Amino acid sequence: MHRFRQNLAHLYMVLFLVFLLAPLVVMSGAAFNDSKLPSIVPWRGFTTTWFSQMVQDQRMMLAFVNTLWVAVAVAVISVVVGTASAILINSISGKVRTVLYGLMISTILIPGVVIGISTMILWTRMGNALGTEFFLFNPGLHLSVLGQVSYIAAMVMLLVLARLQSFDADLEEAALDLGASHTQVMRRILLPHLYPAVGAGAAVAFFQSIENFNVTQFTRGGADTLTVYVFSQVRSGITPTINALAFLLICVTLVLALVYEINRRRRARIQAEREAEARRAEEAMLL
Amino acid sequence: MQDLLRRYGPGLTLIMGLMVAFWLLMLVIIPNMTLFEQSFRPYLPVREVGGPNDTYSLDNYLKVFDGTIERSFLGFTFQIPVHVLTFWLTIWYSMVVTVICFFMAYPLAYYMAKIVNPRSLPTLILLLFIPLWVSEVLRAFAWWIILAFRGPLNWLLLNLGLIEDPIRWTNMGYTGVVIGLIYTYVLFMLFPIYNAIQSLDTNQIEAAEDLGAPWWKIHWRIVLPHSKPGIAAGSVMVFMLSAGSLLVPSILGSTTSQWFTQTINQWFNDALDWNTASAYAFLLLLLCTLFVSLAMWVFRVKLSDIAK
Repeated sequence: MHRFRQNLAHLYMVLFLVFLLAPLVVMSGAAFNDSKLPSIVPWRGFTTTWFSQMVQDQRMMLAFVNTLWVAVAVAVISVVVGTASAILINSISGKVRTVLYGLMISTILIPGVVIGISTMILWTRMGNALGTEFFLFNPGLHLSVLGQVSYIAAMVMLLVLARLQSFDADLEEAALDLGASHTQVMRRILLPHLYPAVGAGAAVAFFQSIENFNVTQFTRGGADTLTVYVFSQVRSGITPTINALAFLLICVTLVLALVYEINRRRRARIQAEREAEARRAEEAMLL
Repeated sequence: MQDLLRRYGPGLTLIMGLMVAFWLLMLVIIPNMTLFEQSFRPYLPVREVGGPNDTYSLDNYLKVFDGTIERSFLGFTFQIPVHVLTFWLTIWYSMVVTVICFFMAYPLAYYMAKIVNPRSLPTLILLLFIPLWVSEVLRAFAWWIILAFRGPLNWLLLNLGLIEDPIRWTNMGYTGVVIGLIYTYVLFMLFPIYNAIQSLDTNQIEAAEDLGAPWWKIHWRIVLPHSKPGIAAGSVMVFMLSAGSLLVPSILGSTTSQWFTQTINQWFNDALDWNTASAYAFLLLLLCTLFVSLAMWVFRVKLSDIAK
């Protein structure tokens, strides 16, 4: 009976993975089908024409470049703001901390629609009040960046805060006692300890930004990002060039995942070897 | 604060304080206050803004009650305002999505935490993460292909002899939207529950087994109560993400499946009436928050449990 339940669990895991990954396979397959509509049935023969058409699609390429710029900007600002917030939150306590922390976390749960509209209204109204045509106050991707930062910074903050729990604050005391300046304490002691979390935060922020649709849709003005472009294409008749793009993105993801996995296995093997070595040494000592 | 000053000096503390202030004030609090204020103003031509007609009123909120349609439910026929109906259906189907996500994610979370060989767990997690890295719009698009009238799903079902005629999945009310939302957000349910179950001492399960408890009782009395914070966190995430989703309903829906965010989008981007859009957006935020608080109160979960 126990065995049966275990097999059932394995089967469920496989089914779940099929459910998650099959749509990606279908989408990739449609990139090679010689049919004007993106689909894998009926199969009309293998083609790579959608890839060459994709490269010629100026609007899509522009949207792609825009997406990358926005993502980089969001990652940079979110990392800086998120890290500062984590350090600040970590060194205060009591009611103020609860309120600030609650406020920061709540930004993750605010619907993107609300963030988008509120950002747009605030900045354009400030522009009107100041009577200026300065680009900052007009709709555009820079407002998308600001809107996205408002909740992505919270994600970075959580990652850095978790890392701060393992930080030994006495190291800073020691450095100060030994005559280090405040900047040195920050740059040489605290930040190096936080780098892994900062790196992870930057990656999360980058991918979250690429994913984002809601905030961008309400703040972008006339500019396109990839999600907005794909969205408009799905609504207004679509060719498999999107599938070609999706296939390439999935490939990039797979390669990154593979590199990560190989790296992890190598480290695990080295770790296991070291432990075996230590055991042998111990046994030799006992003899 | 004292601590910060002593460690990093006044300069760095000031910079960090300013950055946090910029985030919370300029990107969160003031925009939301502006949204709130704007939602009470009428939609006027530019030159009348600030003029005598620009007065506060509840008109934008009352637009929710404009235009009724007839619906019948359980034999009763009644009139209901279109937007109220849309809102109610959004909440209802977000709830359906949340519940289905829970039933799909719970067994797998348990499997990952207690059954699977710990050595293959990282690989499994990596595989699960792949769809998360592919952007949301492409995931919805993948389902758009699958559910198409002449798409692979109908083709498969026809060839298996399960259906006689192809089905219009995306025209069957909210079917397409619910499928898409589940696919997009089920992982946000999986990982919190996995984290919660992982911290459960396996000895407790074994003790219960030794004492002769059947498997469902072990789950009901031991695993489920222990994973409650994870379930709550996952549910809140999935519910808020679903109710706030604009992409999935727009791509996988039809005229028979209006989502409340689509209504907001129409006010904002089609009618260009930002004021009414603000009112609707504020309603969405307020009512979703109330609903989540209510659900948490009913299930006796505290916010601090979720943040753990």
